[in-house]
Amino acid sequence: MSAGYALTILTFIAIYISLALSLNILTGFAGQVSLGHAAFLGIGAYTSAIMATRYGYSFAVDFLSAIIITGIVGIFLGLPSLRVRHDFLVLATMGINFVVISVFKYVDFFGGAMGLVNIPAPTLFGLSFRGGLPYFILTSFYALVTLAICWYISKTWSGLAFHTIRNDEDAAASVGVSSARYKIYAFGISAAIAGGAGSLYAHFLGSVFPDTFAFVESIAILSMVIFGGVGTLRGPIIGAIILRLAPELLRFIQDYRFTLYGGLLVLMMLFQPMGLLGDGSWLWQRLSLLSRSTKNNITEGG
Amino acid sequence: MDFAQNLSNAIILACIYILMAAGLTMVYGVLKVLHIAHASVYTIGAFAGVVIYTWVGNFWISILIAMVISGVIGVLIYRFSYFYLLDAPRTVPLIASIGLFVMVTDLLQKPFLMGPYQRAFPVKGAGLPRIETPWFSMTSKQVLILLVTIMLITLVYLLLTKTRTGLSWQAASLDREMAAAVGINLNRVIALNFFIGSALAGAAGVLVGIYNNSVFATMGDLPSYKAFIIIVLGGMGSLPGVILASLLLAIVENFLVASIGYVLPRDSIAFLVLIFMLMFRPHGLLGRE
Repeated sequence: MSAGYALTILTFIAIYISLALSLNILTGFAGQVSLGHAAFLGIGAYTSAIMATRYGYSFAVDFLSAIIITGIVGIFLGLPSLRVRHDFLVLATMGINFVVISVFKYVDFFGGAMGLVNIPAPTLFGLSFRGGLPYFILTSFYALVTLAICWYISKTWSGLAFHTIRNDEDAAASVGVSSARYKIYAFGISAAIAGGAGSLYAHFLGSVFPDTFAFVESIAILSMVIFGGVGTLRGPIIGAIILRLAPELLRFIQDYRFTLYGGLLVLMMLFQPMGLLGDGSWLWQRLSLLSRSTKNNITEGG
Repeated sequence: MDFAQNLSNAIILACIYILMAAGLTMVYGVLKVLHIAHASVYTIGAFAGVVIYTWVGNFWISILIAMVISGVIGVLIYRFSYFYLLDAPRTVPLIASIGLFVMVTDLLQKPFLMGPYQRAFPVKGAGLPRIETPWFSMTSKQVLILLVTIMLITLVYLLLTKTRTGLSWQAASLDREMAAAVGINLNRVIALNFFIGSALAGAAGVLVGIYNNSVFATMGDLPSYKAFIIIVLGGMGSLPGVILASLLLAIVENFLVASIGYVLPRDSIAFLVLIFMLMFRPHGLLGRE
């Protein structure tokens, strides 16, 4: 494996860590399963691609616009969540994926099935992030910022609010937590982060095509969150790393990528609904026991 | 002329929607699970239909066998996934269902099954006549779809309302625990429910394959999602609701596309309808509560 190829894989892993973490805000923290996360990735990617190629905006401008526009779409999609419980809402998130793809495909402004090409490498503060190491650093930085946002949310009042909404909406309302406001907030933030990831994605590949952002891609992102451990910070990160890396290391898996993702979802639901490293999962319990006993040993020894 | 023709086309489209959504609404009625893998059953039905048709060359035999295969697969899906997840939070069986759907779609695209291409399904109309009137015409394929749908839906309706099995199904959909308490064999009712619903989806797959003369692995993507919109419109778990909602969606789609053309992609109409319904009538057109 050449160094360039390894860096490409690492860059994708960084992008998918941001995506999995952002979906986790919605699915893990606020408890709203989303089947349309790739649509947000796509909206961010297309926003950046169009602004950069058609209108010649700089990277900073198109990147921020991707975040803002995708966030607004996310808020719009969150609106039905005010009226219906999550299993119905899932349908709306599934729908947005089909609609976004068909708009990209059939509306000429978005380049149709041929997509958009010649998206320039980004330049920030006079530095060019062309391919390889610089781009990996850029995407890792974005993944770290995402992680910091998620950490901040989980440690503050809003994290608690999300937790109560996920467990019992009526109880949350009775103690004065407006589930509507927090759900919309989760939709907005989650979509906005995915939009930023989309912008990085478009600038990295230099081209965007509608089918890249199809329904199965949303399922791939969802599998990362579920497989790793929904609702935790470590889970989506581990999920993204393992599920992006496995197809690269084993050729067999490359051909059966979506069989693997789908199969993992089923198996996880049957045997480990909390995911590999989620709270209360088999592996996580073993790991925490292990770390506790090592600590005890140290104190006993000292 | 145009109006009657559009209406006739819309009714044929609605037939497909009805067959597809009937099974979903039955499953939702009893299990309260959004059975996304239903679309896989639809695709498998179409695939089985085309394979059997190339062997025997008879439409009626192939649709019958395809329906039985789909029904069995539906029961297997229940027995090996939802069966274990009935008491889990609702998102758990939902995610399992999505996993199944993605897995089956991916497997079907592999060369040892369907491969990534389209297959022709060259049934002309099983010997049925073409209907010509001064106002509209129906091809023999369309007559076939209409006939099969009316037959199947009448059968299912009679089964659900006039037989003991149908009554126990209705009891189970009202209250699963109560039904079990009065001696209804829940497992049998649910399995039968899956068998019938999946057989209908298989029939829908075969008919769509014939109508478009093509069968391919991802053909279930859009119908899966539209069928959900229909059961939301029809008020989750009601068969008459499904029929009304299918007609409504098919008519809106056909007439909007006919009058405004492809400004909006046809499939986004269904999405807008869904968002509107979720916002203003979350219990469906005929739903109560």
